[in-house]
Amino acid sequence: MTDHEHPHHDHDCHVLEVEGLCVNYGKVIALCDVTFRTNCGKSMALIGPNGAGKSTLLKSLAGLIRPECGEIRWRGQAMTKSSHEIAYLPQREEIDWNFPATVRGIVEMGRYPHLSWWRRFSAEDTAQVDQALEAMDLLDLQNRQISALSGGQQQRAFLARALAQEAHVFLLDEPFTGLDADAQDRLRSMIGTLKTKGRLIIASHHDLDTVESIYDEVLMVATKQIAFGPVEETFTKAILDETYGRERKSA
Amino acid sequence: MNWLTEPFDLLIYKRALLAAIIIGFTNGYVSAYVVLRKAALKTGSLSHALLPGIAFAILLFGLTPWSAFAGAVVAALIVGLGSLLVSQTSRIDQDTALAVLFTAAFSAGIVLLNHINAPGELEHWLFGDIRGMSDSDLWTVFIIAAASLLVLTLFQRPIIVMLFEPNVARSLGIPVNVMNYVLFALVILVLISSLQAVGCILALGLLVTPAATMLLFTDSPLRLFWGGGILGSVCSVTALVVAYWLDWPTGSSIVVILGTVFVLAFLISPKYGVLRMLRQRHHHHESHA
Repeated sequence: MTDHEHPHHDHDCHVLEVEGLCVNYGKVIALCDVTFRTNCGKSMALIGPNGAGKSTLLKSLAGLIRPECGEIRWRGQAMTKSSHEIAYLPQREEIDWNFPATVRGIVEMGRYPHLSWWRRFSAEDTAQVDQALEAMDLLDLQNRQISALSGGQQQRAFLARALAQEAHVFLLDEPFTGLDADAQDRLRSMIGTLKTKGRLIIASHHDLDTVESIYDEVLMVATKQIAFGPVEETFTKAILDETYGRERKSA
Repeated sequence: MNWLTEPFDLLIYKRALLAAIIIGFTNGYVSAYVVLRKAALKTGSLSHALLPGIAFAILLFGLTPWSAFAGAVVAALIVGLGSLLVSQTSRIDQDTALAVLFTAAFSAGIVLLNHINAPGELEHWLFGDIRGMSDSDLWTVFIIAAASLLVLTLFQRPIIVMLFEPNVARSLGIPVNVMNYVLFALVILVLISSLQAVGCILALGLLVTPAATMLLFTDSPLRLFWGGGILGSVCSVTALVVAYWLDWPTGSSIVVILGTVFVLAFLISPKYGVLRMLRQRHHHHESHA
């Protein structure tokens, strides 16, 4: 499709806007007052302590949780139903790695939303799967069962599926957790590749030392939004202290 | 080849052959769903829970295929939804609630069937006999088979995504909760359709073993479904021939043969067999020595 021929132009203008988003679990407030505006071609880190609402925000953006109030607008339209343009990648512990599926099988699942239930894979679908495997450097591993992969390779297999799905927004829950240094470098450069292909990456992230080298923007949350902005302006000690509730210690 | 065809000269065995092919295939095909859903034990509880429903229906309306069928559906629903209700309204978890309710229901079924005092009736529902299929039984089996194969084949892709990652399926707009209810209902229907053949105690074997065996050979969900169906069918027909010549009970023969094939697969599967894994470990040791 044209996505691949003109990687920059047709995605960069796609805007994701969130305004006054609040999510409750029963009577407990999970997340409140989230407002930000970003667009394709960028990468954004969600930073905050455990239980701050990072996964909750990702799930709301994926349409898995209905917000209490506020609005999510994607390409100028309120997001009311799910879309193949948004891909959600769960945390690694949530996945059953013994499931009988190969890397290629996983990536092929990305084509399902584009097919009616019974239609066979077209040459176009097969080509998309091949391209996605190639982009994530998985062609040699495509027939492996998914538990026979390293953590980094598993992460890339799921990114490849999102690519095959022709998703514009990638929602990643802790993608770097549990990866060794090499795999982290690899994943960082893959995220770079995705950005140049005009994708928007939003990822929850734990390791504060690597934020600046991976992401363009940060959203700091601690049940409510603390700050949002470009990394170089927003990822400061003062805001970090506020996010992690460390005012008293520094006083 | 006379020994192979002779059993099927009799009309009763011709029907049994047809039933074995259809029931075996349907159960084997649906077993892929049960195995991937990791719902084997839940399904087993439900199959036991069918007994009191059948007994009650016989007591109230006499034995017709439809009364038994309706009774089984109602009993499965009461136990299934009852366990859900108990777990949601008290501190008892669903597994515990299910265990309590299905054993109580099963026992009530045994008491009732004893009370009815129809000789052989209890044993028939417990262990089944595929040679006792009437025309209407065959029709029931056929309709349930057609419905479940149609649903599972048409919705194969969303079902596979849903089994692998329910959250991702939801994010793609697949109605996961509705599908779960539909498939749950389907599993109950398939259980009921195999009651005549293998009875409510052994039904679980036919609805789990085929896909469990295939899981030792393949990494493709599609092959799990179709392979499970073929395996279920072939093993059921083989069991009929064996049962004829050795004078074994048919229901148990089906499950024994399925179990034997599973053990063989567990030992010698080229991919996930235990012998291969042992040999690999041995090589590993040698290369380190």
